[in-house]
Amino acid sequence: MSKLTKTLRHAILAGACLAGAVIGAQAQETNPGPEAYRSALEGKRVVMVPMTMGFDLAQGWNHFIGEEVKQFGGIWETRDPNWSVDAGAQAITDLISSAEKPDVLIVQTPDLNSYSRLFKRAQEAGIFVIQLDNPSNYASDVFAGSDWKRLGELETQAVIDHCGEGSSKKIAVIQGDQVNASSLDQWAGVQAVLERNPGWTVAGTADSNWDATTARNAAATILQQHPDVCGIVDFWDATAQGTASAIRDAGLKDKIFLATTGSGEAIDCKLLEDGTFGAIVTSELPRQSQDVVAAIKILLQSGIKPGESKNYLYTHEIARTKKDVAPGTCWSQAEIEAAAKK
Amino acid sequence: MMAVALFAGFALALDGFTAPANLLNIVRSVSVLGILAAGMGIVVIGRGIDLSMVSIMVVTVAIQLQLLQAGWSLWSASAVVAAITLALGFMNGFMVAYAGVSALFATLASSAFVFGFVRSRILTQDVIYIPETAGTLLWLGKARILGLPVDVVVFLAVVAVALVLLRWSRPGRFLYLMGDNFQAARTMGIPVRPLIVASFMASALLAWLAGVASAVSLQSMNTRLVNSALLYDVVLVVVIGGIGLSGGKGGMRNVVVGALLIGILLNGMTILNLPNIHQNLIKALILLGAIILDGQLNPRDEQTSQQGDI
Repeated sequence: MSKLTKTLRHAILAGACLAGAVIGAQAQETNPGPEAYRSALEGKRVVMVPMTMGFDLAQGWNHFIGEEVKQFGGIWETRDPNWSVDAGAQAITDLISSAEKPDVLIVQTPDLNSYSRLFKRAQEAGIFVIQLDNPSNYASDVFAGSDWKRLGELETQAVIDHCGEGSSKKIAVIQGDQVNASSLDQWAGVQAVLERNPGWTVAGTADSNWDATTARNAAATILQQHPDVCGIVDFWDATAQGTASAIRDAGLKDKIFLATTGSGEAIDCKLLEDGTFGAIVTSELPRQSQDVVAAIKILLQSGIKPGESKNYLYTHEIARTKKDVAPGTCWSQAEIEAAAKK
Repeated sequence: MMAVALFAGFALALDGFTAPANLLNIVRSVSVLGILAAGMGIVVIGRGIDLSMVSIMVVTVAIQLQLLQAGWSLWSASAVVAAITLALGFMNGFMVAYAGVSALFATLASSAFVFGFVRSRILTQDVIYIPETAGTLLWLGKARILGLPVDVVVFLAVVAVALVLLRWSRPGRFLYLMGDNFQAARTMGIPVRPLIVASFMASALLAWLAGVASAVSLQSMNTRLVNSALLYDVVLVVVIGGIGLSGGKGGMRNVVVGALLIGILLNGMTILNLPNIHQNLIKALILLGAIILDGQLNPRDEQTSQQGDI
């Protein structure tokens, strides 16, 4: 082979390579997505402070949100205040002043006011604040969770639908407490439905203080006073266990329809199937977690500063009864734990 | 006196308050509290106090249910938990009797330690349900003996047994002597240290029993009870029942009266639809009043100042 043809061939090859590189670069320029996504999210620190890590909601969030944060190369951490408002406030304060500040803070607030100032301080320090599950008086970058008033409406409507016009039209309500938005808003929902349904009354109401024993004693007392109550609205599945026990003891299991809310963990479906609960509005935890994940991804890429926008992401929820239960309706904590051990 | 007055007041003012089923509700609503108060009463009579009762109650039953869920049989799980319970009671008693730590601080510390350790190391979540495999426990929750729920029967049985032991047994009488005058009891040759240990072991066992009674009724155990006002209610029952905090006085009759007073109060307030915050406020006022009254009726005398308070 002559020297000339060799050079020519090299030149053609080099040209082809160059052309290929240019085309490749052009292809990359037409889809900047993956790189933008990666550079905006990689190494970002996301910290969750729930009311406690020891209950089904928090463990579900930890799994569903945490998995995705780790997936996009972020750092996922949780802090466990174990139901203590002080410990939660301390954890948030520490995070705000720490050298390695989180980029996104996810908080389940225990009441309307406690953390409001801290949320503002966090945003001023450049941290996005996502409030989860329980709303507060402070509108942060994102609220994701249930519209609790609507939940109260769904529960009450489920009771009214089941009892029917021919019943005593009396319901009882076992509330949570008088400071938590989830409790106050559900109560507002109950009232709204009663206004739309004249003739229906609340025969008795009590606070469970989110404790099953208190719920049981209160429900037993109310049922004793008003045995003709046709349905009870309870504000949380864990306390509804106590309410259900009072109904069982009074021998009214077939007569009284119990509606409540819950996380949608496997136990909820079981209690629905065995007739302990008549209806349950579940928090649709996997869907809710996905909302939070989407919020994190958008906030970190948007270029806006913490505190510049306020968004509300309410989860779509329905009141489920026994006939709505299918495999996969509820999520299983046991499966999550088993998966985590693998 | 107060119980009778309240009872009469509610009976007149509230419809349906005196219905037999409501009276049963009242007893039932305080049966777990009553079992705990019986244990606390025993310790207080011996001039101690056990602030770890609720913690022990939650922890032992939670471990028991966790073992059941892991497939253990009811008997083997109960045997292991009984051993743990006695060990916890022994630990409290040992700290007070032999290490000379004040009962108040010893049990306050052990309460936080035991709960913290078990909650963080052994339990994965707050609420632990009775598994369907534990049929006996689920059945107990629905069972009625002579028309009475099991927790009420257990409360009555505990009171009866404790009454007999305190009044007519030798250790029971020694306990009163020790609570009344520790130095004199010691000089007389009463084995005061083993007696203190025994009283804490008894209260630990009663805490476990109260926990089981609560769990079978609710078909679950919520460990969050540790953060609730239950412990204050137990102290409230003991003090307003009239068991003097300076020891050596009172008995099971006081526990029953104190528990019923709380039951009547809560029941009446629920019928009146009072919010929880107000209920707690009223309870707190009554506790304050009772402690002031206790101070008046059982004044801190020369003897108390010599041997110290609890």
